Amino acid sequence: MNLSDIDPVTFPPVIEATSAMDRRSFLKLAALAGGGFALALYLRGPSALAADASPAVTPAGAEGDFTPSLFIRITPAGVITILASNPEAGQGVKTALPMIIVEELDVAWEQITVVQAGLDSRLGRQVAGGSRATPTHYDPFRKLGATARALLVSAAAARWSVPVNELNTPGDARVVHTASGRSATYGELATAAAALPLPDEKSVVLKNPADFRVMGRRISGVDNPSIVKGAPLFGVDVRQPGQVFATLVKCPVFGGVVKSVSLDAALKAPGVLAAFVVKAPGVASGVAIVARSTWQAFKARDLLVIEWDEGRTAAESSAGFAAAAEVAWKTPAGPLMRNDGDFEKAFATDGLVRVEARYSYPFISHANLEPQNCTALFKENGRIEIWAPSQAPQRGCDDTAKALGIETSAITVHLTRMGGGFGRRLTNDFMAEAAVIARSYPGVPVQLAWTRADDMQHDWYRPAGFHALSGAVDPAGKVVAWSDHFVTFAAGYDTDKVAGVATLRPDEFPSRLVPHCRIRQTPLPHGIPLGPWRAPRASAQCFAQQSFIDELAHAAGRDPVEFRLALLGEPRAIPAEEKGAPVFDSGRMAGVVRLAAEKSGWATNKLPRGRGRGIAFHFSHLGYAAIVIEVTVSNDGELTIDRAVIAADVGRQIINPSGAENQAEGSVVDGISSSLVQAVTIAAGRAEQSGFGDMPLLRLNQAPKIIETHFLITDNPPTGLGEPVIPPVPPALANAIFSATGHRVRDLPLNRADLSWS
Amino acid sequence: MSLKLTVNGHTHDLEGVDPTTPVLWVLRDHLNLVGTKYGCGQGLCGACTIHLDGQPVRSCVLPLSAVAARRLTTIEGLAPDGKQTPLQKAWCDLDVAQCGYCQAGQLMSATALLARTPKPADADIDSAMSGNLCRCGTYTRIRSAIHTAATASST
Repeated sequence: MNLSDIDPVTFPPVIEATSAMDRRSFLKLAALAGGGFALALYLRGPSALAADASPAVTPAGAEGDFTPSLFIRITPAGVITILASNPEAGQGVKTALPMIIVEELDVAWEQITVVQAGLDSRLGRQVAGGSRATPTHYDPFRKLGATARALLVSAAAARWSVPVNELNTPGDARVVHTASGRSATYGELATAAAALPLPDEKSVVLKNPADFRVMGRRISGVDNPSIVKGAPLFGVDVRQPGQVFATLVKCPVFGGVVKSVSLDAALKAPGVLAAFVVKAPGVASGVAIVARSTWQAFKARDLLVIEWDEGRTAAESSAGFAAAAEVAWKTPAGPLMRNDGDFEKAFATDGLVRVEARYSYPFISHANLEPQNCTALFKENGRIEIWAPSQAPQRGCDDTAKALGIETSAITVHLTRMGGGFGRRLTNDFMAEAAVIARSYPGVPVQLAWTRADDMQHDWYRPAGFHALSGAVDPAGKVVAWSDHFVTFAAGYDTDKVAGVATLRPDEFPSRLVPHCRIRQTPLPHGIPLGPWRAPRASAQCFAQQSFIDELAHAAGRDPVEFRLALLGEPRAIPAEEKGAPVFDSGRMAGVVRLAAEKSGWATNKLPRGRGRGIAFHFSHLGYAAIVIEVTVSNDGELTIDRAVIAADVGRQIINPSGAENQAEGSVVDGISSSLVQAVTIAAGRAEQSGFGDMPLLRLNQAPKIIETHFLITDNPPTGLGEPVIPPVPPALANAIFSATGHRVRDLPLNRADLSWS
Repeated sequence: MSLKLTVNGHTHDLEGVDPTTPVLWVLRDHLNLVGTKYGCGQGLCGACTIHLDGQPVRSCVLPLSAVAARRLTTIEGLAPDGKQTPLQKAWCDLDVAQCGYCQAGQLMSATALLARTPKPADADIDSAMSGNLCRCGTYTRIRSAIHTAATASST
């Protein structure tokens, strides 16, 4: 399995159950089980509620409860429970998705309890990735809530023998008949509603957004009261009776395997119960230590004497990759990814402003604050139970089944809250490892915990990249030619295929906006584990693209905002060239550029030398984002990031403004962190960094004190915010530094550059 | 060998625990107080912050032997009566957390800050809170929540 080749965030068609869809097609969606989002699975039906249809990690209810779908339960006593199906990694989905259901169910947010589901095939796509939770669930969840409400209203109509259209729901879990002054709570109606047939799809009316009472409100995360008192929520907080603790020592060189090991000293260490070599399909080779406490397991690591077969990756280094990029640029080979017009001829035309520049960025680690971990229990009956902090638990379940040589149906997966995701936990190596270790301890729950160094040295890294860019601007300020020779990473060894998380798209921005556009990719073979890192591809590549656009603007003597707006041109929908990819709307893109510029005071409030603003924009994961960053750089090069102004267009409805702004604010900090201070360097086939001392995170005193988020509301389907804001952050920062100092920094991390000026 | 440890007002006998064990792991693996988090094991991230006689300390680099007979407070003991402290309330009201993993440590550092500086300026917050990393980047909200709690406490 080459995980670097998996692309979790491509754009499979999102099946949207629109109100225009007739009931027949509505039900037909059930047949698409396994492919996207099958709404009918969510609605009550014989298979949907069969208790044995899935491992019992979804709470069961009682006779007489109203359970119009697995997501909604109303007891006769009036207890309303909404199931949170997706894994929560801090993106706020455990709050935002239930809000959609609650809105249309027409109950007050304070009247419901949210319960986390386990992995359950009946619940549709349970993935935290690609900013897709909102676009996938928005319409179906509205319909789900509205259908449940319609059943409750019908139950009241039958009870009082009045027409449905004389009834209303005031938003507090009651049905009211105003004419007679009668009312009934949803609890009182629950058992009767449960006996009613599902209403005709067409009769289910969604609310007018003007009447929304829950969506659009600032709602505090459902787990906040537990978080602030330190209640157990996270994977590493799992404590089962009799639990033991494990660590796994892997070869520091990627892909290296255990050649020989002496376990004796480790086995004699206090608390150590066992130590053994781990070998299973798809699981990294290593030595496991099982102990009575995490600390005892960690401490015994130093007592292992392991000889490794380091393998071919031991010859690789970051310096080697950079040198290979130079060679590739000198001797460009291989097919062009894109070749519009005639770049060479256009670039050489007289009277143009020409710029050539090379950009690079390093590998970086996800640095989840909660290191990877997983708890597994091998039961006597052959079943295995797993508590996993996973962004993609189904994939983890599949990998675990393969590693153990068992069926996935024997595995029950509980979803814990995650101490950060950012794409790291889309790869589930920790799940299979925990299960394989637990296999040696049937009947005993085993918690595998990675050390911080394990986490940093066995990540699936954000790929490094090297761009050689050339561009030309005509006297009217129009970009007429653009070329990018991108030296990137292959999907492993012995392949010309570029790793899915490290590729440019053929219709990469700014292609189609520039008449003469040439894109070439050279993939380097390698053994470095690569994986999706928040807004994969975009969060790295945008740095080169939007920095270089800035260079072109300045070289042409144009204002960077005006120059960008001219590049985007007339508002129009530019269809995707790749199947399933989204349309690019240049008008929406220009809209956020204008908004960010306006809110930042771009044109009205000029800054003196030593202070500067930079702008950048990007479209990714269905969201349009622009950001202006304002910095101060002292003469001796000390950087202060004063302010960040974000403008984002993610459609017509911000479900939870507090959560949405939190994602945008976090993206700014993450974008600064990843471009200003972070790098993982490879030497002799291993990561040189091992902790926050050498792969730091931005600290509170380094973060901007002011981060403003402005949403541009447009009449488009609501989409997610975990990713779209981050790609323009690094170039906006680099562009601001240029504006303040005249230093164009083209290599990340930015803090390696001397920013002093006089 | 038996050591006594007083955490959140309760005294525990720790039979057979190696006195060099960092307090973090005593809390998590021996006492099942898992609110205090492991982030780095090097005292660099602050996720393991607890109070030792009221002072914020990094429990991941604090050996058990150093705290015998001292008074420890963890996130679980911040509000012994179950009522949220002004900081906990501000954290909820301002929806500070994203993933939430660092927030126990943030709250322990912020609580210690307000105990010695009830009305902190931004510079006080910078110096008290910059040892606590937040991977999700909730720093602007952390700052706001501290100001909010400081105001709430003084009115």
